[in-house]
Amino acid sequence: MADNTNTQRGTKGDVLLEMKGLKIAAMVEEEEIEIVHGVDVTLKRGEVLGLIGESGAGKSTIGLAAMAYTRGGCWISGGSINFDGIDMLNASAEQLRDLRGKRIAYVAQSAAANFNPAHKLIDQFTEAPVLHGYSNRSAAEADAKELFGRLRLPNADTIGFRYPHQVSGGQLQRAMTAMAMSCRPDLIVFDEPTTALDVTTQIEVLAAIRDVVEQFNTAAIYVTHDLAVVAQMADRIMVLRHGNLVEEGNTREMLAAPKEEYTSQLLAVRTFKKEHQLEVTETTPLLRVNNVSASYGTTPVLFGVNFDVHKGQTVAVVGESGSGKSTTARVITGLLPPSEGTIEFKGQALPPDYRNRSKDELRQVQMIYQMADTALNPRQRIREVIGRPLTFYLGMTGKQREDRTRELLTMIEMNPDEYIDRYPTELSGGQKQRICIARALAAEPELIICDEVTSALDQLVAEEILKLLDRLQSELNLAYMFITHDLATVRAIADEVVVMLRGEVNDSGPKDEMFTPPHTDYTDLLLSSVPEMDPDWLDNLLEERKRLAEEEGRVLKAADN
Amino acid sequence: MNEFIKLLKKAPPTAIFGMVVITIYVIVAIFAPFVAPFSETEIVGDQFELWGDPYILGTDNLGRDMLSRLIFGARNTVGIALITTAFAFLVGCFFGLLAATLGGWVDQLLGRIVDVMMAIPTLVFALLLLTIFGTSVTTLVLVIGILYSTSVFRLARAVSMNVVVLDFVEVAKLRGEGLLYIIRHEILPNILPPLVAEFGLRFCFVFLFISALSFLGLGLQPPTADWGSMVRENATLITFGDITPLVPAAAIALLTVAVNFVVDWFLHLTSGLKD
Repeated sequence: MADNTNTQRGTKGDVLLEMKGLKIAAMVEEEEIEIVHGVDVTLKRGEVLGLIGESGAGKSTIGLAAMAYTRGGCWISGGSINFDGIDMLNASAEQLRDLRGKRIAYVAQSAAANFNPAHKLIDQFTEAPVLHGYSNRSAAEADAKELFGRLRLPNADTIGFRYPHQVSGGQLQRAMTAMAMSCRPDLIVFDEPTTALDVTTQIEVLAAIRDVVEQFNTAAIYVTHDLAVVAQMADRIMVLRHGNLVEEGNTREMLAAPKEEYTSQLLAVRTFKKEHQLEVTETTPLLRVNNVSASYGTTPVLFGVNFDVHKGQTVAVVGESGSGKSTTARVITGLLPPSEGTIEFKGQALPPDYRNRSKDELRQVQMIYQMADTALNPRQRIREVIGRPLTFYLGMTGKQREDRTRELLTMIEMNPDEYIDRYPTELSGGQKQRICIARALAAEPELIICDEVTSALDQLVAEEILKLLDRLQSELNLAYMFITHDLATVRAIADEVVVMLRGEVNDSGPKDEMFTPPHTDYTDLLLSSVPEMDPDWLDNLLEERKRLAEEEGRVLKAADN
Repeated sequence: MNEFIKLLKKAPPTAIFGMVVITIYVIVAIFAPFVAPFSETEIVGDQFELWGDPYILGTDNLGRDMLSRLIFGARNTVGIALITTAFAFLVGCFFGLLAATLGGWVDQLLGRIVDVMMAIPTLVFALLLLTIFGTSVTTLVLVIGILYSTSVFRLARAVSMNVVVLDFVEVAKLRGEGLLYIIRHEILPNILPPLVAEFGLRFCFVFLFISALSFLGLGLQPPTADWGSMVRENATLITFGDITPLVPAAAIALLTVAVNFVVDWFLHLTSGLKD
């Protein structure tokens, strides 16, 4: 174990990690609950294993268990973990310390939250190799530069001397991967490394991770909820649900012919598509965003944004984080008065500040948020959450209000008797989002602004929410302004698409037009970056982009590259 | 109700001790006229009589029964401390919530005023104000209440800052709700646990502060029985090896400890910390 270079590793195909009958328990409200119920994981050298499942499936927990580590409040209650001949569960703290970081490394979901903001990247990179006696400071620095280059970070020689806040999220995630590679470990656990990134940035990170893992013949456990991502990365996939293994198999075989019902459900997700396409007949749009510019303090963030939303129509506003989507919503609701331009509702200009708008003007535009957790007051029962707008806008009280609240709960497919007296904390993520929808509906609005309403939800749950929104739209003739970064969602529900880039409308038009070439370069980049289930998709895409760059001179790359 | 009993059963011994002590104090304070053998101010015997029958704890410097005064003292000291703390919280929470919700110049102005008040040592400031306005119970409550509202202001503002930025407050604002509704229904219920815990601690401080002022002669005025002034009036006994003046001091100490035990437990429960 003294020299851990590439040449001295075992050959590809030897078993590196073996977890048998792994059971993990957790303390939940002073009760012991088993969260992983005896799962077997075998990983060979150089192999990439994908762990997939919805939240609560135990995939991250199993990923961490590969390092014989559990989160606070959890512990390994049964089974065995064998890493390259070492019994991890009976290893001393010292032995484990020696293994972690050196032979087994970890890449967390949010690199931004896991880098120490007070130290330069290179200082954090060199810490592990020096501490583990793998190399000295200057050798580690040289190695950092090489790895940064291999992970295709721009300015590989100098980027290490920046602080974490001086580089972008995608770059930080790659720097973290480089850090994990610093001791040339045998195994890296990737815990949702691209989930927090924009699609366009995700591609670069995925490609970089895959190349580097292949080059060093590193085994990897890749944890994600996105089957399309895991299809690009993994040799083998394990589908998990509620701490149990549902199905395990070779990536290509599983995608081609899933054996279990649950796997097919996961595969079939994102097939929902709304049926009715709306013909716009009236001339005055419901909402017109008229040449709107806005700024935060002295920093301008929106530049002459124009688009219309018609009655009963869904307009999807897409773009990467920081493109001004949510800011546009803030201008429409009046939270951020524009510096220029107007918001017109049914042909009438709305007062720029929400405080100057009448009750009725406020009622007609409602908002649904990304995080249903923070959008619901944890100290109010569902009755109060939905009932308040009824009293406030429509003056309903007593039995009338109670009946309407129950009716609204029925509309969002929740049983009034069961849920009306609950607190938000007693609901699941999808149910909370339904309550937010009901609260918006209670005001009887004509336009609902949906700000990333499905991105915090599991895919199956998200699809249910989209179906619900679609049904409500056709029943109540609602208009939606649907803010999202997820193009699959756009494909499912939009009538019109507005693409935003750096505070401007880059491209817009009816959905069918937008999804048919030719596109602007940016739309093309955005559209082609959405991962598909095909395991060859990433290779083909990178090939195609290379060809475009060489033949036509069109460079399709995310802004931070 | 059942859950409350369940919770009590799981309480640590320190918290149970604290609750028992507080309950006894409260009962004694409420039923003082029935519990006390003699009246609060009546001179019943000679000066500084020793412990024994009928004056269980002896008599004080004027010949009033020590035990009776101790019992009435619970009423006066604890009662006034409670009213003062409640007043401090009313003022502090109101302005703290206002500053957090409105932000901008209101926040700045209130914050700077509080900074100035906190820059002056509390005891010196209180002595100054009481000398100017006189030492009636009302001024005592007002002066101490306002002085202690500064730290409540800071706490209330800090904890509501975390709530104000949450989406559900934005929802209420966009619905068109007024400031008072937002404070009362959206923010206040979410910041209650830290405030209640702080109430217990502040109560101890206020209570000690009133005792200290009384000891200095600027608190509750004679002949009202008050633990702080009882220590002062009978302090000379210490030189003769009599521990009587320490009894009211012990009553102060015991209540402070008891309240702290309960507050500790409560904080533990609400913060979700495990041992």
